[in-house]
Amino acid sequence: MAWRSRSACVSRRLALDDVTTLLSLGPGQVGTVVGCSGGRGLMGRFAAMGFTPGSRVTVLNNYGRGPLLVLIHGARVALGRGEASRVLVRPEGGGHRG
Amino acid sequence: MARPMTADRPTRSLAGTLSCCDQQLRSMNLPSGTDVVTVALAGQPNVGKTTVFNLLTGLNQHVGNWPGKTVEQKIGVCHSGNVPLALVDLPGTYSLTAGSEEERVARDFILHERPDVVVLVADASNLERNLYLLSELLLLPVPIVLALNMVDVAEEYGIHTDAEALSQALGIPVVPMVASRNRGVRELLQVVQALACDGDRNTGAYPYHPRRPQLRPDHRDTLAALLRLIQGRVPEPYPEEWVAIKLLEGDREVTELAQGWLPQGTWQEVHSILHRHEDAILDIAGGRYQWIGEVLAGAQIRRGLGQVGLTERLDRWATHPLWGMAILGAAAALMFFLVYTVGSPLQGVLEEYVVTRPSAWLSTHLDWAPAWVTGLLTDGVLAGAGTMATFVPILAIFFAALGFFEDTGYMARAAFVMDRFMHAIGLHGRSFLPLFLGFGCNVPAIMGARIADSPRARLLGILLAPLVPCTARLGVLTTLAAAFFGPYAFVVTLGLVGTNLVVLALLGVVLHRLVLRGEQAAFIMELPLYHRPNGRSIALFVWHHLRAFLARAVTIIMAASVVVWALSALPAGDIGSSYLAAMGQALEPLGRLMGLGWRLMVALLASFVAKENSLAVMGVLFAGAETGAGLTEVLPTLISPASALAFLTVQMLFIPCVATMAAIRKETGSWAWALFDLCLLLVISFLGGAVAYQVGLLLGWGA
Repeated sequence: MAWRSRSACVSRRLALDDVTTLLSLGPGQVGTVVGCSGGRGLMGRFAAMGFTPGSRVTVLNNYGRGPLLVLIHGARVALGRGEASRVLVRPEGGGHRG
Repeated sequence: MARPMTADRPTRSLAGTLSCCDQQLRSMNLPSGTDVVTVALAGQPNVGKTTVFNLLTGLNQHVGNWPGKTVEQKIGVCHSGNVPLALVDLPGTYSLTAGSEEERVARDFILHERPDVVVLVADASNLERNLYLLSELLLLPVPIVLALNMVDVAEEYGIHTDAEALSQALGIPVVPMVASRNRGVRELLQVVQALACDGDRNTGAYPYHPRRPQLRPDHRDTLAALLRLIQGRVPEPYPEEWVAIKLLEGDREVTELAQGWLPQGTWQEVHSILHRHEDAILDIAGGRYQWIGEVLAGAQIRRGLGQVGLTERLDRWATHPLWGMAILGAAAALMFFLVYTVGSPLQGVLEEYVVTRPSAWLSTHLDWAPAWVTGLLTDGVLAGAGTMATFVPILAIFFAALGFFEDTGYMARAAFVMDRFMHAIGLHGRSFLPLFLGFGCNVPAIMGARIADSPRARLLGILLAPLVPCTARLGVLTTLAAAFFGPYAFVVTLGLVGTNLVVLALLGVVLHRLVLRGEQAAFIMELPLYHRPNGRSIALFVWHHLRAFLARAVTIIMAASVVVWALSALPAGDIGSSYLAAMGQALEPLGRLMGLGWRLMVALLASFVAKENSLAVMGVLFAGAETGAGLTEVLPTLISPASALAFLTVQMLFIPCVATMAAIRKETGSWAWALFDLCLLLVISFLGGAVAYQVGLLLGWGA
């Protein structure tokens, strides 16, 4: 019940076609965080680290294996691949903006 | 089975925190009758909080554990004029959401102890992230001073912060500092004292009227509804608004508490509100970051490329999957190089002066005393606790390297590159370095496991650490392998060390999947900017760890050594007819499966005091040879290579020594886990021995 309501809510809010997970961004790519999913503990960690809707995130390292390194709110943050797959982002059309 | 490392029920931990802190403060010889100002230091990891604490308190500090927790607690005293300040170094946290033990400790302390002032130490080069913690602290009913540390590093990165403007925007005092160079400390103390002692904070020398972040409009009504429901039902010392916000954030601990405070019907209402706003936490955090952005907009100027600088260039190498591993390997190799060129010779010297010479002196000068007195002192106390003490130089090198890595920011990079491998055994990259410490000695490996960020990972790290072959075991291995396997000694040595690591990985997978099931803590970690190491911080780091190690050596390790010595000497004062020998003989049927006679079983049992003891005991039991030199010639004539291989395998995988057991007991807080690990390793080592014996027989090494 809880699950259905939340996922319905998430998909309504997003235009799903241009949203992907942080995991699929390559080095140098920039995206805007749209949302995160996970249990309470993980959501708390995401929130504290600044993975909040509207935040810009730049991928510094993503070698296809091992953790990612991203720049968010001016800090370099490492996150595991499992965690990165739970962060929904809307990629910017290449390069840096603003 | 006991689960000591999971969170205590909140109510119990509070009482413990309270009483213990008072006790600590009383024991720090403060003048009685004076008013002590309590100051809590809060901050994220890697912002120089410990440097500030060390600078203020020097050696006048007490390091222990928070009661009932495995989180380090540091309390120190300093003086501002004639006002004594009791400083409490809160654990480094990114937020106060009770997601980890550290976060719970930090906020419990502020809520229940109500320090007179909280100093938030922030890294000026990473303010955006650091102010998030401030946005949470501002919800608590304590005055806060922002210590803007590392302003020099920030300037190097092209970030200039106007402290005055920041103070205006936040409504709280802001003190720019460079703690590593002792700048801004006096000013900080002045502000702290003024804030703590001025009757009226609004009109004092440093006006205090904080501006707090507001919720976004869509959640304000929800918060108001929650507040109405809980009004009048929240007991001291919890502020109602804080409880309401934490409920909305989905804070587990506060939710449980509130369920207990509220009548069933009201709780149902609260619950249904929370259910409709399950992901409010992201919006709340988003609001805080927005507030931070507004605050910083008028107070901070970034010139040029900001953080694109040294850190970025270094990280291109240090976090690369290949080069990062190579750099880590080089760092590890350098550490071992120092251990073998500096640490080991020094250990030899210490052994001469702490164990060998005093033993000889005691033997000659105590000839009038009964033999058991000499035996107790030389074979019990000196051989056990004394030998542990000789590890100090090696440990000092390991700790200094660890402190250096932590202080420069490299530690986070090592964790980053190792994460991929550690993940497979249920650990995070952060647990790699403590395990690596185990090559020196297992005790600090177990003490260091606390750097893991979840109780589960910490426990797993502790249970696995004894499988890392320590220098003592490596010493026995190389000596005996050379005696038995001549030209193949190197292969055997390498093979057995490899076996240990394979068993460690397999055991990690098994424990991770079967015994310690549960959510693997998320790997989200900030990589701090690199900065110059601070010698004083590293020295204090080494000093505290060595002191803790030595304190253990002279207490529990000495007691245990004496017990095992007594077993080896009683009843007749001769190990051949002692209780220990009787135990070895009783175990002979078991030993036969591994091709081990009772003498070898006794040698294994004796290694419980200290791993290298097995050599000494073999010296006594076989041919009465007193030293290793004679022993290595005699042994191959008495023991078949297959048995020797089995013995070495068991020795390498065997139960942890007394010191390690004591460390496991202390760090897990229970004998249950220590005994669990002991039994587990006992079974594994005997199985390994049996397999090795069969392999040896197949290789034709039976005779």
